[in-house]
Amino acid sequence: MTTHTPDQLHKTAGAEAVPAARLNSRHLLGIAGLEADEITLILNTAEAMKEIGHRPIKKVPTLRGRTVVNLFFEPSTRTRTSFEIAEKRLSADTFSIATASSSVTKGETLADTVKNIEAMSPDMIVMRHASSGAPHLLSRFCRSAIINAGDGMHEHPTQALLDAFTIRERKGRLAGLKVAIIGDLLHSRVLRSNVLLLNTMGADVWTCGPATLIPPGIDRFEVRSTTSVNEAVEAADVVMLLRIQHERMRGHFFPSIREYFALFGMTPERLRRAQPDVIIMHPGPMNRGVEIDSEVADGPYSVILEQVANGVAVRMAVLYLLAGESE
Amino acid sequence: MPQVMDADRMSRALTRIAHEILERNRGLDDVALVGIRTRGVPLARRLAKLLEQINGDHVPTGALDITLYRDDLMRSAVGPQPVVRRTEIPFSIDDRKILLVDDVLYTGRTIRAALDALIDFGRPRAIQLVVAVDRGHRELPIKADYVGKNIPTSVRQSVQVCLQETDGRDEIVIEGEP
Repeated sequence: MTTHTPDQLHKTAGAEAVPAARLNSRHLLGIAGLEADEITLILNTAEAMKEIGHRPIKKVPTLRGRTVVNLFFEPSTRTRTSFEIAEKRLSADTFSIATASSSVTKGETLADTVKNIEAMSPDMIVMRHASSGAPHLLSRFCRSAIINAGDGMHEHPTQALLDAFTIRERKGRLAGLKVAIIGDLLHSRVLRSNVLLLNTMGADVWTCGPATLIPPGIDRFEVRSTTSVNEAVEAADVVMLLRIQHERMRGHFFPSIREYFALFGMTPERLRRAQPDVIIMHPGPMNRGVEIDSEVADGPYSVILEQVANGVAVRMAVLYLLAGESE
Repeated sequence: MPQVMDADRMSRALTRIAHEILERNRGLDDVALVGIRTRGVPLARRLAKLLEQINGDHVPTGALDITLYRDDLMRSAVGPQPVVRRTEIPFSIDDRKILLVDDVLYTGRTIRAALDALIDFGRPRAIQLVVAVDRGHRELPIKADYVGKNIPTSVRQSVQVCLQETDGRDEIVIEGEP
């Protein structure tokens, strides 16, 4: 029922039993700690946000007067652009700082850099850093809401959320789906965030990669781990490929790129074992001919560019929901 | 809580509004309905059906969520954000006459937000406002073009429009002391 009382000038959710639009934390540091209904709230909000991108005027006034700083200590094109577009579509004032042009190169510590930015009172800080836990450290003394845009080999929560959004949009659900995650598991923050999210939402998660690239203790994640691509892909609803992260590799994990492709590369032949309506995902940037064959990357099952498009909607949802929680 | 309209009277009021819409617009060329979530949407759909029955013309119908345009967002210090739902306007509003539909007209702030939202979709030729109930107490210079019923209220009261589609029954009730 719609009620109109003096203190409720607008409509309230009323008797429709809509889940409260609230996240339990005022930061988004990772998927760890998010409840299933919080994840559902973010995905539902993102659905509404996606429509804004199809309008003639792709902008709503919601975050007018809010300031968002994008602090990227690691190179990123996709994620940073995606956050910037999301912020602008919500009318936030935004500016981006990349390491190369900042005083970090002059020897300033992370805490000092961020304290200086905070002195200019931004409302939210979107942060990427090569060290795992950097955003968690900052969240202990920052007034601003912190959004983790990828920390080292730890978490990349908005990537997992946009992956889940894409899967849900294509399959109508997450629970009960077989999701095979294949590639460089050891160095991947995308893996950790995805496994945490997919487990929370009841998917059946398989991981696959060369033994040298399987992180120790993966069993604690409640995933089925295998070194056989065929076993991982068998009857899979979703095949998610992870990039071989040469830049994080100290040492040799496999003999050659060609051998990796021969054993683990996703080819049309391997994909035939999967469900007929399988979708192929990749968080990007892709190494064609390493973890994925071009024919698969550009083929009919690929939703890789949809992931990128959905990233903006998901980030708008996160910004909107956290904006209500900031101090 | 006193009932001010039952299902029968609500249905007659909607039929009267449908006739008024036809009379005022001299037909339904270039007319489209946009309902404001939540209860404006089923009301808009009912009007579309009535207009089709009377005139034989199909009237495109959309749904508008005004949450992201509210003027009270981000004003309270800390609190949960209102739930955002999908806006679905699957037609161009350019040069169309848009009939904006809501259940209760009160302060006018919802309509202000809806007007801002609509303008982001294009440039309609005109926007007309349809409400089931006008309960007074406007805080903005906004007026309805078609009204199901004018109900004088005090600010301490609340008016509830219940619809079959959302609440399982059709009635309008008033709550609280005058």
